[in-house]
Amino acid sequence: MNIFLAIITRDLLLAVRQGGATFLALVFFLLTVTLFPLGIGPEPAILARVAPGVLWVAALLAAMLSLDRLFQADFEDGSLEQLTLSGLPISLIVLAKIITHWLTTGLPLLLAAPVLAILLNMDNEGFAALLLTMLIGTPALSLIGAIGAALTLTVRRGGVLLSLLVLPLYIPVLIFGVSGIDAAVHGLNAKPHLLLLAALTVAAIPLCPWAAAAAVKLSLE
Amino acid sequence: MFQGRDIACERGERRIFTGLNFTVAPGQALVLQGPNGCGKTSLIRIAATLLKAADGALTWNGIDVAENPEGHRANLHYIGHQDAVKGALSVRENIAMWARIRATTDDQTEAAMAAFDIAHLADTPTQYLSAGQHRRTALARLVASPAKLWLLDEPTVSLDQAGTACLQQAIAAHRAKNGMVMAATHIELGLDDAQILQLQPQLMTL
Repeated sequence: MNIFLAIITRDLLLAVRQGGATFLALVFFLLTVTLFPLGIGPEPAILARVAPGVLWVAALLAAMLSLDRLFQADFEDGSLEQLTLSGLPISLIVLAKIITHWLTTGLPLLLAAPVLAILLNMDNEGFAALLLTMLIGTPALSLIGAIGAALTLTVRRGGVLLSLLVLPLYIPVLIFGVSGIDAAVHGLNAKPHLLLLAALTVAAIPLCPWAAAAAVKLSLE
Repeated sequence: MFQGRDIACERGERRIFTGLNFTVAPGQALVLQGPNGCGKTSLIRIAATLLKAADGALTWNGIDVAENPEGHRANLHYIGHQDAVKGALSVRENIAMWARIRATTDDQTEAAMAAFDIAHLADTPTQYLSAGQHRRTALARLVASPAKLWLLDEPTVSLDQAGTACLQQAIAAHRAKNGMVMAATHIELGLDDAQILQLQPQLMTL
């Protein structure tokens, strides 16, 4: 447990020192969302209608942006193999990195989303659902993304391949995230959607670190 | 006591070596020698369980390492070709961070920096260091947290004479405390009494 926490604090310290990644994801999120009113026109009713989908798609792409560095930097300078020699199972090392990724990407996106929702004129009823779906759904983005990041570790310029691998797997998260907000906006019960989204995340917690660890192990050989 | 029995290694369908036996007893050192490509790095990575042996078994005090690979990994230090030093962190932070990740209760970071004569650089971010100072920071990990077995793959790369002397002293102190060392090196490391394992290049292909 101490080793697990040591890895998380190390990665957080590195994220703070090197900066960049969190800031980039946030700016990317902001820019893509502001592109939509420019592209489809400033009609408030239309913007309110597309707001949940736009926010979720932009958040999904922003979360993916920093995925390729999840293991890459540590792989290149030999830190990853040193981490595997810490005595902690590789799946737990991967889980520690996933948690850091969520803290530095998913959480800032979650906090920025309500502000952008105001920009898109989203209905007031949707705000609680937006925060809830993002809170439940964004960890799944980091978890699933870790598999893609681990698989493309030895691939040169694996960024594009990574998005091709990961984006299809993000579709269920997107569907239930958006439908949860839509249900709340239309005065329906959002709970079933939230529960399905939670089921996705809960299933991903044991499966994704395990799969990503297998891929990391292969790439170290 | 760390032993390898009938170890074979394959890289990309090619047999690098077969039927290799070695024993490292407490306080002893084993030096791997041989021309480039004969499998020194592969053998050290197999010993660190970073690479899977095609055949054979590793034992630690008679118990198969495969039974508890995580426990074996916690018992060893591995210094490879890459330094695993983060440029954004200072020398002290780098060494202390690895000591924490090795769950060290008795943090020897300051002693480790003194042992490799980099204490005056303690607060310098490692991205501003020379290659030799970078290497010393990586080697300081060995002293900062205790481990019974040191696996050193060309540890003297980019070290100057003074740096090599620091490493020799660290190795001698480690062996005096019944530590084990397995090293691939072309340079004299003050290991006159060490066993030598000569690896031969294999020309046969599968």
